[in-house]
Amino acid sequence: MQSINQVMEGVLALDEESRLGVEFDIQPIPGDTEVIQVLVNGQEELPIFVTASDDQILCICYLWSEDEIKSDSKVEMLESMLDMNMPMPLSSFGRIDDKYAIFGAMSTGSTAQDMAVELTMLHDNAIDAIDALLPYLK
Amino acid sequence: MTGLFKKLITAFRGGAREVGEAVVDMNAIRIYEQEIADARNNLARAKQDLTGVIAKEMQAERDIKRINTELERYEQHAIDALNKGREDLAEEVAVKIAELEAERGNHEAAKKQFHAHVERLKDIMKQTEATIRQHERELAMVRTTESVQKATRSITDNYGAGATRLLDAKSSLERIKKRQMDFSDRMAAADALDKESGSGSLDDKLKSAGIGDTSGGSSEVMARLKKRAGGQG
Repeated sequence: MQSINQVMEGVLALDEESRLGVEFDIQPIPGDTEVIQVLVNGQEELPIFVTASDDQILCICYLWSEDEIKSDSKVEMLESMLDMNMPMPLSSFGRIDDKYAIFGAMSTGSTAQDMAVELTMLHDNAIDAIDALLPYLK
Repeated sequence: MTGLFKKLITAFRGGAREVGEAVVDMNAIRIYEQEIADARNNLARAKQDLTGVIAKEMQAERDIKRINTELERYEQHAIDALNKGREDLAEEVAVKIAELEAERGNHEAAKKQFHAHVERLKDIMKQTEATIRQHERELAMVRTTESVQKATRSITDNYGAGATRLLDAKSSLERIKKRQMDFSDRMAAADALDKESGSGSLDDKLKSAGIGDTSGGSSEVMARLKKRAGGQG
């Protein structure tokens, strides 16, 4: 079982074709748990945080917090998120504390290519989700 | 078995995380791991016991078969003895037959017990397997919850308490879109610029008007060379 550091190093080592031309910026976050911050195509507004449980790798992209939601449209927003959960490739909606997020879970045995695809997809899904659900935000 | 989903949902709803309490008791993971290890041990032991009891059941079955064969033989002897008028012998055989039947009765009773034991062990094993599956599922949930908690702590510590992002979603999206638009605007502008006023485009225009570097390629060169050759020749 590889560490997330190893997987991310593999991602950086991929040739342009394998990453479909996407650029990744990687920065470890200090702390006693290994968390790596990934910027896709330099977009610092939507960092993806990569961390590992002992049997899976979690990639988390925060969307918005509770206080950004219009209170009277929250139920509709949640319904839309549930509706979108299945068609959304590789990612799922989730909530961590008071922050809504999109995340992906992968096996610790995933290849660098798998990871590149996951991160790219997650990033694109996040932008699409914010765009689609913007009407529910203040 | 308590449903862990329910417990977690209740804990999250109670704002346990916001208050900074650990949703996951540090002991919970250790307890799960221990219970799974114990259950696996029990399962292994039950499997061993099962093998032993099945063997005993099979042995009892063989004994019963053996005795049945002997009984047939002695019954035949008794009948033969009676046919020969030897009632005294027939009586001796009858005693032997009675003994054998008693022995068979013992083996049959034992076989019944072994069989019941086998069934019990199989039930225990099924239950233990189900317990292991359940615990492993719950352990995975607990481990993931703990990982996410730890990661979130690292992230919020790094970005400052209460903030996990630089901007809110709306502003983030606006910035991203603007950057994408700027990029495609720049691309379109460069394209247009090149078409309208680039030297490359002027050369094209001149060329099609037959002005300037109008070398028509090798055929024109050959024509020119032939002319010169003809002039010198």
